[in-house]
Amino acid sequence: MIPEITLTAWQILLVKIGVILAIVPTMTLVAGYAEHKVMAHLQHRLGPMYPGGFHGWAVLLADGLKFLYKEDIIPERADRRVFSLATFAIFVPAVMVYLVIPVDRSLIVEDLDVGIFYLLAISSVSTIGILMAGWSSANKYALIGALRAGAQLIAYELPIVLSAAVVVMLSGSLSLVDIVEAQNWPFLIWPPGIGLIAFLVFTMASVAELTRPPFDMPVAESEIITGAFTEYSGMRFIFSFFFPEVANLVAFAAIGATLFLGGYQPIVPLGVLEVIPGFVWFTLKTAFMVFLFLWIRPTFPRLREDQLQKFAWKVLIPVTLALILVAGAWVLYAPEALR
Amino acid sequence: MTTAERVVERFEAGGHGAYVESYDPRDEHMTINMGPVHPATHGVLRLLLELDGETVIRCEPKIGYLHTGIEKECEDQNWRGAVTAVTRMDYLAQLFNEQVYCMAVESLLGIEVPPRGKYIRTLMVELNRIQSHLVWFGTQALDLGAMSGVFYGFRERELILDFFEMVTGLRMNNGYFLPGGAWEDLPDGYERPLSKILEIMPGRIDEYEALISENPIFLERTIGVGAISKEDCLRLGATGPIARAAGLDWDIRRDMPYEAYPEVTFDVPTAEAGDVYARYQVRMVEMRESVKIVQQLFEAMPPGDHKNMDPKLMPPSRAELNRSMEAVIHHFKLMTQGYSVPAGEVYAAVESPRGELGCYLVSDGGTSPYRCHVRDPSFVNLQSLPVMVQDGMVADLIASIASLDPVLGGVDR
Repeated sequence: MIPEITLTAWQILLVKIGVILAIVPTMTLVAGYAEHKVMAHLQHRLGPMYPGGFHGWAVLLADGLKFLYKEDIIPERADRRVFSLATFAIFVPAVMVYLVIPVDRSLIVEDLDVGIFYLLAISSVSTIGILMAGWSSANKYALIGALRAGAQLIAYELPIVLSAAVVVMLSGSLSLVDIVEAQNWPFLIWPPGIGLIAFLVFTMASVAELTRPPFDMPVAESEIITGAFTEYSGMRFIFSFFFPEVANLVAFAAIGATLFLGGYQPIVPLGVLEVIPGFVWFTLKTAFMVFLFLWIRPTFPRLREDQLQKFAWKVLIPVTLALILVAGAWVLYAPEALR
Repeated sequence: MTTAERVVERFEAGGHGAYVESYDPRDEHMTINMGPVHPATHGVLRLLLELDGETVIRCEPKIGYLHTGIEKECEDQNWRGAVTAVTRMDYLAQLFNEQVYCMAVESLLGIEVPPRGKYIRTLMVELNRIQSHLVWFGTQALDLGAMSGVFYGFRERELILDFFEMVTGLRMNNGYFLPGGAWEDLPDGYERPLSKILEIMPGRIDEYEALISENPIFLERTIGVGAISKEDCLRLGATGPIARAAGLDWDIRRDMPYEAYPEVTFDVPTAEAGDVYARYQVRMVEMRESVKIVQQLFEAMPPGDHKNMDPKLMPPSRAELNRSMEAVIHHFKLMTQGYSVPAGEVYAAVESPRGELGCYLVSDGGTSPYRCHVRDPSFVNLQSLPVMVQDGMVADLIASIASLDPVLGGVDR
């Protein structure tokens, strides 16, 4: 018999914080390791093989330890306070995204009524941190990188919001749990075309939002070193660049899985598939999305900043705007027509 | 006034000093030092950039951060020993440096290289050209963000370097040629690795092309970027793939044949656009042509001596030292003093992967060069960079540098 446990609101909050702080770094390590290995195998090499013994599984721990030992340098002319604060402004939102992602029907930290709204808002906050980092570094490369990141955010936040709006229209709710519940068939498959296009737009815009190739101009190492993080070193570099990048990668993969692949629901509504627990479905779908993001990186060259803007404003945004009209028409007329 | 003329005028006006005087803080331009330590400046090239937002208003290459004094070093070496120094200039085209230096010494001495020696040297430099172009391919792709390219390029480069190691004992800085031929004959069993390279290379070049040539992002990033006209190439002395991509049909291998080139047939690829993509195409075809040249040389490799056996120039073999007093004397003279070369001056030129590589050599009749000056194509081609990047964006600048393929060891010497 399970003893009845009653917890006060504070205790629940502490448990939730503990869970999040345990899960996010774990996910980041796993995804970071996957990035090493997936990229290596796509490029005819083995990637890390030695740290930890088995296929270099401990490479990121070793990497982290290395960064821990490095000197923490703040440039003399930098704005010290903003420079240090920027790390938190980038790192904290990356963790907070995970609060509303429904891993299973009841496995969610906070089921907000405006979950998707919160998600999109919080994931953009880190750009303020990037701007802070770029401005306070007293480095021209950092400044260029920060401005590129700012421009990119404005251009690519819109397609993400608009494609999420399509999902909201189709499901009729802003709550992520309700959105998943609305997907007996994942939106990727049904309604035909609409969900697929929205998914493609979302994926492309996410890659830009994550500043990963081919949209990695804000941190393009062959042009502007590491963009806004050029002057960051040691643990500061990890927590302002590497960790949030991978954490956001997993977060966006999870968002994509939730919005378009049906989250914790089976991929097709078959009774047999119900046996598999929801969090397994969710993990599989997230892993698929992570792989998709990792696959894109070694495949494409980098676009130029103006080409990227053109792509966003002339292709993605008009497409999603048209898609919203189509989705509206579908929501209005399709249920009667198909009945 | 063309862009090239403006750039030339600006250089003549006094370079950096003139730049500082013309600086006006009110125009809100950003002055930025790209390099000497920067991931995409191919070593230690420093570019003084003036940016308006991301548009390059002005670009001045600053060199000298890898100055090694090799030209001066040659004056302290004997004629044969200087090969070891010149091979370290353009470290990706090491055998070309050796070849052009040896050709210069040979024409001062007035000696001939036996046919097998010529064939070996030509074969080795053509492999070196492929190797150098593979590094260019990798870095060009990497600088445009296609990071996989570098792994593909270096995969095949490794085979060629292994072959170099087999033949010369070293992967780079081989010191394999010497005035009069090549140090050693090709080793036993060199045929297998060489035919393996020749067999797989065309397919692998197809693979690179499949990877990048028609990638829409790559096309977008390279077509019309960093363009330079044929006239500007002539004006600025640009040679090699840069000039050929701009429509200048000039290749020293074909137009002033040397070594074994008269005996092989090959095409010289040219393009008209003069942009980064045209240079990409020209270099890709050049790799294929080099494979063909190596194939022909390999099949027609003549027997005989691999070097000029004049005992006054070449140290005698070990076996000969044991039985001939004369050989011991020659050996002693060559190893202590070296041979002397008749007084005079000479210019020899070869087509290196980057363009015309020339060696101007002066002898005062002594046992070491009086002056050894190398016209390195990286150095000369670099002055066309400001023309290419004028009014482009920073990202175009990176693409242009990569397509120039400068080796800073060659630029600074």
